[in-house]
Amino acid sequence: MIGKGELLNIYESMNRMRLFETRAMELFRQGLVTGSMHLYIGEEAIAATAGVLLRKDDFITSTHRGHGHCIAKGARTDRMMAELLGRATGYCKGKGGSMHIADFEIGILGANGMVGGGIPIAAGSGITNKIMKKNDAVTVCFFGEGASNEGVFHESLNLAAVWKLPVVFLCENNLYQVFTSVKESCSVQDISVRSASYGIPGVTVDGNDVFELYKALDTAIGRCRAGEGPTLIEAKTYRWDGHYTGDGYAKGGYRTVEEIEEWKKRDPIKRLGEYLLENKMSTEDELECIHKRLEEEMKAAEEFAKASPWPEDEELMDDVYCEDIRRG
Amino acid sequence: MSVIKYSQAVRDAIAEEMRKDGNIFVMGEDVEQMGGVFGCTKGIYQEFGHDRIRNTPISEAAFVGAGLGAAITGTRVIVEMQYVDFIFCAMDQLLNQTAKIRYMSGGKVKVPLTIRTQQGSGRGNGAQHSQSLEAIFCHIPGLKVVMPATPYDAKGLLKTAIRDDNPVMFCEHKVLYNTAGEVPEEEYAIPFGAADIKRRGRDVTVIATSWMVLKALEAAKRLEREGIDAEVIDPRTLVPLDKETIITSVKKTGRAVVVHEAHEMCGIGAEIAYMISDLAFMYLDAPVKRVTSRQAPVPYSRKLEQLTIPSEDRIIEAVKSVLYL
Repeated sequence: MIGKGELLNIYESMNRMRLFETRAMELFRQGLVTGSMHLYIGEEAIAATAGVLLRKDDFITSTHRGHGHCIAKGARTDRMMAELLGRATGYCKGKGGSMHIADFEIGILGANGMVGGGIPIAAGSGITNKIMKKNDAVTVCFFGEGASNEGVFHESLNLAAVWKLPVVFLCENNLYQVFTSVKESCSVQDISVRSASYGIPGVTVDGNDVFELYKALDTAIGRCRAGEGPTLIEAKTYRWDGHYTGDGYAKGGYRTVEEIEEWKKRDPIKRLGEYLLENKMSTEDELECIHKRLEEEMKAAEEFAKASPWPEDEELMDDVYCEDIRRG
Repeated sequence: MSVIKYSQAVRDAIAEEMRKDGNIFVMGEDVEQMGGVFGCTKGIYQEFGHDRIRNTPISEAAFVGAGLGAAITGTRVIVEMQYVDFIFCAMDQLLNQTAKIRYMSGGKVKVPLTIRTQQGSGRGNGAQHSQSLEAIFCHIPGLKVVMPATPYDAKGLLKTAIRDDNPVMFCEHKVLYNTAGEVPEEEYAIPFGAADIKRRGRDVTVIATSWMVLKALEAAKRLEREGIDAEVIDPRTLVPLDKETIITSVKKTGRAVVVHEAHEMCGIGAEIAYMISDLAFMYLDAPVKRVTSRQAPVPYSRKLEQLTIPSEDRIIEAVKSVLYL
């Protein structure tokens, strides 16, 4: 059963994600963040809940919508913000950007610009844990419902099932792959039923409900640690913003304003906040205190990023290989 | 020295490295009990067991990506891609993920992953089992590309590949598996980026890769009878490429022919010809010539297949043309 401490951690983690992205969106509008950036706002409960169940030696693989996953696994928001601004102090020295944040020391095997790209990588990390190191560490593999139509999803679930790899395949079904509804793109209503093809457990939960998420994740992670193999979890949720920031159709267009507003009423942060107050697990002052602290953190992250140097010119050709192989 | 087959050299390199390093994991299609379609992992399963070598499902994208995932989390991985042609099923994992992850993460991760494969024509396998794809691998920054032509080179280069902390495309050749050559019994490894002068000569530099090295050497023997002394250079690794050995040779001979089995368009021959024109232009007595497979899929019919694979005759013709004979 989920404890009060964990609930408060999840609450803080969700708020950290939302405030980080709210600020990142502002920097994007100012032209300081380039390319495309995909916001996780509205989906925070999923990563935050996984985050409190994972150990430092566990792994995650992430997606193009990865800020929340990285924060949940312990990434620092100042170094993330510096990465978004392309600065030398960023997680990837500015060479990765929003879609490629990685920190192998804390088990973040990388956000990913390719839909489904991280799924076989997650399976491979399971080879290291189960077959080579024979430990009980697990990998949570985040991906969207769009990725569940990619070949690698099916190939990797099959491989992980055959080898009983310790991977939790965590599908964040936010109902739209870019501008196309899941109703038009997926052959099944619930992605979790795809687990049947691979003979592994599959479960669908409300992705905005931390209690449902916790129960499903705790069970799946426990199965992994016990050597019982992978699980497919589908968390139904909704992204408030567009596919990418500045997506002109974010508000209406391919989805109705009513639908968006309906989902905003199911805001996971608001839901958990109300629960904490109603059940006297926290006070308004305490929650306000968390908010203030996080606001300060984000202000400092932005200042850190803006004050950080750009990468040196030499960085362009560094890190292609482990050593310099250039000749002539 | 003992005389062993090329496939045995590959097998010995894997087994010897696995004995020394308990952290090596091998996977691929049919590699376990049967030792792979070409027998390159024969006996490995019997010696090391299921936790060190595994048959994979026919899921190239999954097992290349899983190789990457295992490699970045601390395992030294050897993946066997049964035919190089099959790697097209895994191109996202190879080119977008494996080749780029180190750079994208700001150099924070090592990728000790060797993908062994075999390529090339000559056995009537048709268009989807006969390609030579090294130029594609060379084009994407982040991969190393190796093409051994002899048992000696195969063993020494594979050891270096396995020990390397970067992803390596190790391109063997189906026709070469049954060729034999001398290999020392004692431990050795061949560094990457060191071309081998397979035959010394004065008149013309022939740069050839993989199976084409053997053809170039046969062509050189025939040319010798006509009084033409060809130098045959095998770059052995295309990334990194030993420019110095090639350029030094061309400066000496003033003439160059590049021979490869891959198609002509955007092949490694174009790159080498450019490199020569850039670094040895004033030494050239003739334009650089290429001898390659024709710009058509590799045909099944033996008669047509022989027409596309560079032959000794075509190599001799190219050599004579740069000598204006």
